[in-house]
Amino acid sequence: MSGDLDPTWGAGAVALVVVVTLVISTWGLRLSRTTSDFFVASRSVGPGLNASAIGGEYVSAASFLGVAGLVMAFGAEMLWYPVGWTAGYLVLLALVAAPLRRSGAYTLPDFAEARLASGAVRAACALLVVAVGWLYLLPQFQGAGITLTAVTGAPRWLGGLVVAAVVLVGVASGGMRSITFVQAFQYWLKLTALLAPLAVLAVVWLGDGRPLPDDLATGSGTGSGTGDDGWSTPFGGGTSGLSDGPEGLYLTYSVIVATFFGAMGLPHVVVRFYTNPDGRAARRTTLGVLGLLGLFYLLPPVYGALGRVYGADVEAGGADTVVLRLPGLMTDGTLADALTAVLTAGAFAAFLSTSSGLTIAVAGVLSQAVTRSRHATRGLGPVAAFRVAAVLAAGVPCLAALAAPGIPVARSVGLAFAVAASTFCPLLVLGIWWRGLTAAGALAGLVVGGLGSFVGVVAALVLGSASGEGWGVALVTQPAAWSVPLAFATMVGVSRATRARVPEGVDRFMVRLHTPEAVELDRG
Amino acid sequence: MARWSRRRTHLGTEADRATFRTLHNASLAAPALREGLRADSAERAVRHLRALLGTPAVALTGADGVLAWDGIGAHHAEQCAALAARAVDAGVTLLADADELPCTADGCLARAAIASPLVVEDDVVGTLVVVAPRSTGRLVRATDEVAVWVSGQLALAELDASRNRLVEAEVRALRAQISPHFVYNSLGAIASFVRTDPDRARELLLEFADFTRYSFRRHGEFTTLADELRAIERYLLLEQARFGDRLAVRLRIAPEVLGVTVPFLCLQPLVENAVRHGLAGSPRPVTTVTIVARDLGRLCVVEVEDDGAGEDPERIARVLAGEDVTGGGPGAPGGRGDGEGVHPSVGLGNVDARLRATYGDEAGLVVETAPGAGTKVTVRVPKFAPGVHP
Repeated sequence: MSGDLDPTWGAGAVALVVVVTLVISTWGLRLSRTTSDFFVASRSVGPGLNASAIGGEYVSAASFLGVAGLVMAFGAEMLWYPVGWTAGYLVLLALVAAPLRRSGAYTLPDFAEARLASGAVRAACALLVVAVGWLYLLPQFQGAGITLTAVTGAPRWLGGLVVAAVVLVGVASGGMRSITFVQAFQYWLKLTALLAPLAVLAVVWLGDGRPLPDDLATGSGTGSGTGDDGWSTPFGGGTSGLSDGPEGLYLTYSVIVATFFGAMGLPHVVVRFYTNPDGRAARRTTLGVLGLLGLFYLLPPVYGALGRVYGADVEAGGADTVVLRLPGLMTDGTLADALTAVLTAGAFAAFLSTSSGLTIAVAGVLSQAVTRSRHATRGLGPVAAFRVAAVLAAGVPCLAALAAPGIPVARSVGLAFAVAASTFCPLLVLGIWWRGLTAAGALAGLVVGGLGSFVGVVAALVLGSASGEGWGVALVTQPAAWSVPLAFATMVGVSRATRARVPEGVDRFMVRLHTPEAVELDRG
Repeated sequence: MARWSRRRTHLGTEADRATFRTLHNASLAAPALREGLRADSAERAVRHLRALLGTPAVALTGADGVLAWDGIGAHHAEQCAALAARAVDAGVTLLADADELPCTADGCLARAAIASPLVVEDDVVGTLVVVAPRSTGRLVRATDEVAVWVSGQLALAELDASRNRLVEAEVRALRAQISPHFVYNSLGAIASFVRTDPDRARELLLEFADFTRYSFRRHGEFTTLADELRAIERYLLLEQARFGDRLAVRLRIAPEVLGVTVPFLCLQPLVENAVRHGLAGSPRPVTTVTIVARDLGRLCVVEVEDDGAGEDPERIARVLAGEDVTGGGPGAPGGRGDGEGVHPSVGLGNVDARLRATYGDEAGLVVETAPGAGTKVTVRVPKFAPGVHP
């Protein structure tokens, strides 16, 4: 069983996905719109289709490659990540989904403006959308680079550039808008691309009769997770170079807080909720997303476990590509090449869909900020402004990915969640459930939460995979557990202090947010 | 030395700077006053008014007492309110001296008050009360001048409000303007099916009932695109019953934009215009009306197109500019209905004005047309705009 793969297969798979994506982005608009004589007005997007579409945007290849890699390298405790990424939608379902839809907001800055009627808070939100979007794009480009290197041996920078270029071409040609049907298809494509090879590999594994390693529950000899409590402190020890003790537990809570509360602040997910016809449909959609994500995240850990069985010699640094290498390690010849090609194609389709969703979300906010200021629009039409914004939206994280290739993929996804959880979560939760929120309070909370969580981002970029011990490193590299409560406290405190400036008409707004559409009521 | 003098010229003399400060304070107070005279807007404006006048305390009063008080001596609010009430009744500036402001506090600076009435359209809506250690002629003059300026801002607020009311009135007028011809023709077409196809006649009658119910809806300035399209589908079904094979309809609607909030009856007049004007004088045996709704990120684009007779672009430009075109302009009574085909493009002006009033000038209608080349009207609606909700 050789680990060497025929690069033509991998390159062919990537080329195929790129071509298909470009074709869909130029022709898909026509395919997706049904031409009919009558009764189109009642054909709104159903919760099932919408849930698939959100799944298609949300599940990034970066996360499934990263999860499999982490499980292989550090054991089943790493399941905190997929658990958190899924459970984020539970929080979204309970606290945010329906009121956010009823608010009529399309983007997060829209919500801030509708709730607080403040240009400053809107601008701060726009800035944060760009920041979160860039942080989330970074691992997409990194993951693409790693994937392409693993299957074709191409240099590390190429994959990210390919993805960025395809996304820009798609956006510039006017396609790749949020076409629900295409995005829903993406989810099932990703699932199939992971599931079909896994079925073959599982048969191979059964045929081999190899047992699972008995220490699947703990780290693989990297010296972490001592004793029965390992599940609660997986991020200490070998993972981060931190000791196990209370710092380890802190890290676990920090990951939980970031992922549970971060999902509601992802810009490309929020815009999809607008497609729901009403608040009830938004809740049902979220419920569907929970199910679909639960299904999807079953697969990466299995890859990780199989990686444990067959890939004991894969060095920890290459863990992110364990999914792609597994067919080569377990099978031979054409079968291995074909399975790898399927996985590569699925991964690239995922990179492209998530990146384009994020690029459009970020570019939308950027171009809106530009076109709102009258000076910039002279000589630059809205379409041109959007294209320039798209170049900026995809270009900056792409360059960052080239400059800082060392951060593990799942880690940089985690940073995006930490920033979203420390800023948008307090804004949304307090904005929806507390009428006392004022513009000054929201602004102060956004600044405090944003700065606090950004410390973690900078620390991660500077320290790389953090080394050193003690509370200092733990608090700085995983700030969510203190930055989220701090942002909440700041928002509440400053709002209390500026009580006189609670926006006018907040009671009406609350009535609109929390009354089901079926209730006959004057909402004006 | 040279630099010093240059800086002095740059900043201006002391008198210039005092003027700038005054203008700046006035500009700070203006936005709040432009919202009208209410407790919250008065609260925001009164701070800047006190900076403008430079007195220990300034208050704004409305019809029912003090709205906002800034500065010292809030315990005199009751006495000042009484003074203000007398000023409102008298309609002139009144003064109160120390005798009328009994005070037990030591060293209280509020020993005199001046209440100057705020007049909007010949009505006294409130007063500006200035509290000072003593009243001087200069202070009375300054108070009067500021009161006149505040009155001007309040008049502008009133103007804004009446412009909004005008737009609302136009919507109501549009609602009431369901063309009588449409009613006769629909009922006539339905009647022709009563014997030959009773089931279809019954269905059409129900569609007719639903369409008129939507059009006469009383509440809400906005609706969803789905509801508006549903009404349009009903309207087109009725028109098809009448015109039969001469009218073909195609809809291409992206399901993502069905939930977008749009002004009530902002598309139906465009479709009615396309049917009425596209069919009248069309050289073709079959005229096709196409409605396309697309998702463009934060915008939703709706196009209403017909391949019928087309129209003189200059005439459309005059309609959109609000001019009265051969008696059938948007403002003309009953203009939308009487004399089919005679008054083209009616309703366009109204829709255009309402879109601009709601979303700003860049949201106006875009009309592409030429005689014999059909007409295409494009509407661009943002998915979110503050204050726009169904």
